[in-house]
Amino acid sequence: MDSVPSPDPVYLSDTVTRAVKIVITGHFGVGKTTLVNTLSEIRPLHTEEVMTQAGEGIDDLTGTQGKTTTTVAMDFGRLTVSDSLVLYLFGAPGQERFMPLWKDMTQGALGALVLADTRWLDRSFPVMDLLEERGLAYAVAVNHFADSPDVPEEEIREALDLLPETPLVVCDARDRASAFRALIALVQYLLTRTTVQEAV
Amino acid sequence: MSPRKRGKGLVRPYVVTEGRAHPTRNTFDLVTLVIASTDLPLTGLNPEKRRLMELCRGGALSVAEIAGHLALPVSVTKVLLADLVDSGHVTTRAPIPPAQRHDARILEELLDGLRSLS
Ligand SMILES: Nc1nc2c(ncn2[C@@H]2O[C@H](COP(=O)(O)OP(=O)(O)OP(=O)(O)O)[C@@H](O)[C@H]2O)c(=O)[nH]1
Ligand SMILES: [Mg+2]
Repeated sequence: MDSVPSPDPVYLSDTVTRAVKIVITGHFGVGKTTLVNTLSEIRPLHTEEVMTQAGEGIDDLTGTQGKTTTTVAMDFGRLTVSDSLVLYLFGAPGQERFMPLWKDMTQGALGALVLADTRWLDRSFPVMDLLEERGLAYAVAVNHFADSPDVPEEEIREALDLLPETPLVVCDARDRASAFRALIALVQYLLTRTTVQEAV
Repeated sequence: MSPRKRGKGLVRPYVVTEGRAHPTRNTFDLVTLVIASTDLPLTGLNPEKRRLMELCRGGALSVAEIAGHLALPVSVTKVLLADLVDSGHVTTRAPIPPAQRHDARILEELLDGLRSLS
């Protein structure tokens, strides 16, 4: 047993039978880990996967050159939302080299929250492209850093080329109420999409 | 044994999984919920499987959480779990069928839950 008592739960309640997932993504340093930590009911967890990729040099006899290994990591947290339903939040950057992990994270996910920073809006493009390729609905949460310029919502929408219905919220990933508001905006949006589809 | 204790550091995946890179079944998602049987003996299981069983006997966890607590890559965790399903040591909760996943009822349940937590 650990000598230090831990207040966080580890195991799921016996009544939980169903699990869903939402992806928290965005470029390097945008606040993904912070958001997962703020929202999670458990001590956030972390996994790493070592990937080996064959390089270009096919006639390399050493067997080491031409191969690259990268460690890709994700953070995740958990929220029990009802007696029987649990939500998992997976945080990882949306980059090509994260592809195997990205596939695991996005497969069957309800949607994604894309974190953005007004200092570097263009850095959000690749992740939005990846989500669109995978057909995963997303909302955008702009984290406001100390030296981020205040950009009007319309300009952010324009710069990110958002669809009119894509939710755009301002969020402080360190603040619980604010982080919940961002997640709720995403789920509300996902819900409107189902009712629109059902009405067709 | 406490589930919160970290593993002894990185292990080489092929040692843990007896040389296999792929699980015997391909049914695990990151959020598949795993339940360990409490009546099968752990004799004959390799140390990693034993560690996994000791963790999971405390209660239900997702595949991702098991990987996180054991400090193993998700890919390795899936291989171990597949063997343990085959040997009857663990069972999994049936996943939500894809057609129901984006069902308004689940999203409403989620929304209500998030609102009450916030
Ligand atoms: N002002 C402000 N700072 C934030 C916010 N979110 C995160 N930070 C800070 O930004 C830094 C980076 O946050 P992380 O959560 O580590 O970002 P990340 O996206 O996980 O970073 P990588 O995993 O390295 O890509 C930390 O020092 C955070 O405290 C926010 O909403 N507002
Ligand atoms: Mg991070």
